[in-house]
Amino acid sequence: MQIALGPILYFWPKAKVKAFYRQVAESDTIDRVYLGETVCSKRRELGLEDYLQIAHELRESGKQVCLSTMTLLEAPAELAQMTKYCDNGEFEVEANDVGAIPYLREHGVNFTVGSAINIYNHEALRRFVDMGMNHWVTPYELSQQWLTDILKQPRISSVRSLFQTEVFAFGHMPLAWSGRCFTARSENRPKDQCELCCIKYPQGRTVKSQDGKQVFVLNGIQTQSGSRYNLINQLPTMKGLVDRIRISPQPEGTLQWVDRFKANMSGDNPIALTQGESNGYWLQLAGMVKAG
Amino acid sequence: MELLCPAGSIPALKAAIENGADAVYVGLKDETNARHFAGLNLNAMKLAEAADYVHRHGKKMHVAINTFAHANQWHKWRDAVDGAVAAGADVLIISDIAVLGYAAERYPRIERHLSVQASATNAGAIEFYRQYGISRVVLPRVLSMQQVRALARTTDIELEVFAFGSLCIMAEGRCYLSSYMTGESPNTAGACSPAAYVEWEHQGSRLESRLNGVVIDRFGDGENAGYPTLCKGRFSVDDELYNVLEEPTSLNTLSLLPQLYKEGIASLKIEGRQRSPAYVAQITKVWRQAIDRVMQEPENFSVEQEWDRVLASLSEGSQTTLGAYHRKWK
Repeated sequence: MQIALGPILYFWPKAKVKAFYRQVAESDTIDRVYLGETVCSKRRELGLEDYLQIAHELRESGKQVCLSTMTLLEAPAELAQMTKYCDNGEFEVEANDVGAIPYLREHGVNFTVGSAINIYNHEALRRFVDMGMNHWVTPYELSQQWLTDILKQPRISSVRSLFQTEVFAFGHMPLAWSGRCFTARSENRPKDQCELCCIKYPQGRTVKSQDGKQVFVLNGIQTQSGSRYNLINQLPTMKGLVDRIRISPQPEGTLQWVDRFKANMSGDNPIALTQGESNGYWLQLAGMVKAG
Repeated sequence: MELLCPAGSIPALKAAIENGADAVYVGLKDETNARHFAGLNLNAMKLAEAADYVHRHGKKMHVAINTFAHANQWHKWRDAVDGAVAAGADVLIISDIAVLGYAAERYPRIERHLSVQASATNAGAIEFYRQYGISRVVLPRVLSMQQVRALARTTDIELEVFAFGSLCIMAEGRCYLSSYMTGESPNTAGACSPAAYVEWEHQGSRLESRLNGVVIDRFGDGENAGYPTLCKGRFSVDDELYNVLEEPTSLNTLSLLPQLYKEGIASLKIEGRQRSPAYVAQITKVWRQAIDRVMQEPENFSVEQEWDRVLASLSEGSQTTLGAYHRKWK
């Protein structure tokens, strides 16, 4: 099982992003990196050119690179920007909205289907494989059992060599996307005068319930899980099912966590989850639950 | 411009037709539709009765099969399509490409509409779903009027928009907040913030609502305590307590009617299959009058106070909003 690094979900200054990926390039543990802005088209600290430069550096350090596209595409300008990612000419692309897929198919680009595209059964999965999907990031809601049920179907086992599976295993899960920007709202600003205030919150803004529990994290138009999802102790249960796990970049300590995951691939170095972490979805429970 | 009304039961369906709906949408009594609530929806026999009634009145029946099929229960979604067609459905409203593909291949002549749960917000996504021969797209409630207009002008496919009712503030079909808290979501179980997980507790003069143990809101004396839909609760950010995601409010687009008409929007959908026949009757009556008026006099249309009064009285927290259609909401 390999380890992939998901796209940075938060809005970080350019210097921080570049420093982060310099560290990533030096890691021998990460085999695949997703790059790009997937949340808000107004975040322009880095443009496609910057990402392509980072992509080249990462590829030279031996990593697979996949450009990750926007999840909620609304304005025509956002669609145009998405097609530029697809047209990059050398790197694979992760489609986070089906809107990217006709374009990718037409241009013969290998594509990854991101977790916000709904594949909940073998029939849907087979249709995406037939369209040219070679990499599938499963929806968060799929448990180990659910994924097993999909992959064991004859319509899938016969094409299983044509795609790889990836499961989100560490970080705050993106659980919803809205037309509204919740970070701007939290500062009492209208969205069109947001002044990119999310750059002040490198790990989003924490939302607590009235009895003090962390319920969500606000990240612009995206609402994330309040808990940090952590499947480090479930890695042994993924064998034969999951080809790659995804670590979602955090402001601090991401690469240490990558190493911890590597060390516990076979279950030799488990780590007890702390308060504020969860693993429920994989265990067929509510996502916020911490079990085992 | 079609008026498409919700029907969670035969009496609601009759109320919609009697008060001027051009078409109604219904769901089957199982997890194949996104309003899978106890006591709601139609079994196979009722579905045939519903189709018969609707057709005798010269109207259309849409059947929503708009959740995502589970791998081990794929037959249920296939059966739902077969059953809806056998009962006489005019239109199937579908979100899962597995179900869309099956319906397109098996029943090419039955019209297929792309459910809002498929979350098609742009021209590329519409292009993607064309491979399944869809004739209409139901737009998610995250788009602004400006974006709806841009889309209407770039695509030749029919567009349907939500005109009134409960307001989903997240892109539908891509919101997993409910399963995060309860294990069940619209995608996996056909329900958001399911009632089985709701608890109410009086704490002195305070009333607390919880969803699977998570405090969604606390109400003081005289406050209107709404259903604890998780995105409409009061939470805190840096010690400031407010409706972090959205207030308890309903969508009402009456004032946008001339613009929607001008852009050639094919259908206006009223949300609320979970509502009573009386509710459906009142809402349908108002919207029938409003649509007739805009079609007669698109330039001179204005919202009658009486319409607003009736709609507000039937709204969540007695409040209505233009939602994402209006830039300021965002």
